[in-house]
Amino acid sequence: MDGKHSRGPVRGRSARRGFARRALVLGTVAALVAACGSDDGGGTITLGSNYSDEVPRAALAAAVDTCDLDVEINTVDHNTYQENFNTYVQQPDDVMAWFAGYRMRAFASRGVVGEISDVWENLDGMSEGFRSASSGLDGEQYFVPLYYYPWAVHYRVSVFEENGYEVPTTWDELLALAEQMESDGITPFAAANDGRWPQMGMFDMINMRVNGYDFHVSLMGGNESWEDPRVKDVFARWEEILPYYQPDVNGRTWQDAATAIGNGEAGMYLIGTFMVDNFDPEAQADLIADIDFFAFPEINPEHGQDAVEAPIDGFMMAADPANEEGAKALLECLGSADAINAYLAVTPSVVGAHADTDTSVYNDMQRKSAELVGNAKYISQFLDRDTDPDFASSVVGVALADFLADPGQIDSILATVESQKQTYTFE
Amino acid sequence: MIGATDRRWLIAMVGIPTFFHVLLVWIPALVTVGLSFAEWNNLDPLTAIRPVGGENYEVIVTVFGTRLFPALFNNLALVFFLFACTAAGMLLAYLLDKNVRGTAIYQSIYYFPVVLSLAVVGFIWKSVMFSREAGLLNLLWPGDPIDFVGDQTRLFEVMVPFTDVPVGISRNFAALLIAMAWRHIGYVMVLYLAGLKAVDPSLKEAAAVDGCNEWQSFRRVVFPTLKPINVVVAVITVIEALRAYDIIAALNVPRGTEVMGTLVTSALIGEGAGRVGIGSAYGTVLFVLCIGFIIWYVYNNFREDER
Repeated sequence: MDGKHSRGPVRGRSARRGFARRALVLGTVAALVAACGSDDGGGTITLGSNYSDEVPRAALAAAVDTCDLDVEINTVDHNTYQENFNTYVQQPDDVMAWFAGYRMRAFASRGVVGEISDVWENLDGMSEGFRSASSGLDGEQYFVPLYYYPWAVHYRVSVFEENGYEVPTTWDELLALAEQMESDGITPFAAANDGRWPQMGMFDMINMRVNGYDFHVSLMGGNESWEDPRVKDVFARWEEILPYYQPDVNGRTWQDAATAIGNGEAGMYLIGTFMVDNFDPEAQADLIADIDFFAFPEINPEHGQDAVEAPIDGFMMAADPANEEGAKALLECLGSADAINAYLAVTPSVVGAHADTDTSVYNDMQRKSAELVGNAKYISQFLDRDTDPDFASSVVGVALADFLADPGQIDSILATVESQKQTYTFE
Repeated sequence: MIGATDRRWLIAMVGIPTFFHVLLVWIPALVTVGLSFAEWNNLDPLTAIRPVGGENYEVIVTVFGTRLFPALFNNLALVFFLFACTAAGMLLAYLLDKNVRGTAIYQSIYYFPVVLSLAVVGFIWKSVMFSREAGLLNLLWPGDPIDFVGDQTRLFEVMVPFTDVPVGISRNFAALLIAMAWRHIGYVMVLYLAGLKAVDPSLKEAAAVDGCNEWQSFRRVVFPTLKPINVVVAVITVIEALRAYDIIAALNVPRGTEVMGTLVTSALIGEGAGRVGIGSAYGTVLFVLCIGFIIWYVYNNFREDER
């Protein structure tokens, strides 16, 4: 008993210390939580950013610097940012980086992001196309575009020149070129599907060439059956080029496929212009300069090459920002030519949304990107930006992987998509 | 006797952890069960939660049966597979316990995978080992390159009773099993090493004197004394198999390798998912499996002890 008592105070102290520590931890947590919500206007504007790679991060900082505002940029790893966006958007920063189209509308229509139509009144140099991509279903604006980048068929100019290849503009020419490459010992199509999004681009392009942009929108909006003969047509066309694909598509990363273009093993690669980011800007500068792209060839003359896939990245405002005035000032600034010029001075892999973007600094690829999109009658975002994101990844992405693994099963795969689609509510 | 002060401390020491445990584990778990009977997009206010009865469960076993059953089958296969790994880990521990030269080095090598972060594990298996173009396994393999990550062809196929959903082990899941074994064996080995150190050497000597060979001495003398460790390892093995997630997620969840853990996260916290009801239903299925096993196991274990 005595021994116990003599140890008592010691135990008590250590336990108290534990308490003190716990209280300290709780206090810190409380302080952090308070810090998140207690900005009382002041002057500081918070900007949530998923520009977590080194180059885009520096580029965004340069763009924000042109605004002459007191901005605090909170950068989060981009995968984490996107995956947790549903949670984040409920306690967000004043301004947050996001994507245009359905992927923005899904949040706008639920009222969890702020309407910024008055910012748009002060924006000049944004085309009607960008305005509609920034508008919610109610016709008001919820998004300010910064830049975009097109998806197109990439190839190496030197490989085409050495072998006397011509850029194909029709499906038949594409198939003939593929056949020619095959006999020359080059794999015609570099292809990846790791993460189950890269091949969504191929589906979108064939679909818009065969059935047109309006059908794409309607299909993504859940208004068409996936067992429709028009959808089956898309997969029938796709099957015609599958034999020319790199084998084992589903396990390959887009970077590995880009490498196959880089070392000349493969001839063509449908992907976003970001594919050049796979190469070192300094050590492989010659290779990057050798890469060019062409618009996906025509399949149905009715639609020609009138649609291009060009995802737009930009910013939204919180539904209830701590510093609304500052947030709107920042958005207006980010929608200006100065901001995008500063951004592009750091990285030339994308194209400015603003009409007055300084195009004199563009490299060939940026110039062609702007031209490709400028000449397009219709601009789509991307499969996972044009429809319910979970439907895109959990249903369509899975179906495309299954199709690539076993094209013969397409009928039952599409039946599954159609039945699973019924459990989603589209806008 | 416990004094009043001591009792207060005792209550505090038991009470505070219990409070946090209930708050952070049990309440969310029960809320998840509740939400599995509702339809809700987590962007909407709480007032938008709409009860739908068992509809979510009906949807995941019918419309999404082609996702649920293969995932459940993969989890089940993992339970059996990880028990085989557990046996391998036990063997390693037994051999290393014999104080072979360089034991510490072997131990470190086998235990190393356990301390690596998810990102590192993902990189090692995706880029260094499995990559079709540059992976070590494909460089060593003499034949055509193998698509370890993407090949979803099933090695065998069986039909789930009462449905038309085929399940089986796909090739890429078989490859992932290697990655999981790589980690699980080291984990189990360390636990058994600790247990073996505690076995009284005189027991083994006595067994040897009585004429036991190595296997008999292990089976009849050492193994039974390891019982407390066996309980812990068995529970860990089953829970690891049921909650498997990280290595698969690090490889971007290739088609064919889905497990319950990946279904829950993609439906519940995936970007813009907001299908809280369906995600919770997946989660509840997993929860029931885990808790069911633990209750069954602990119950049987205590009953044996009482006998």
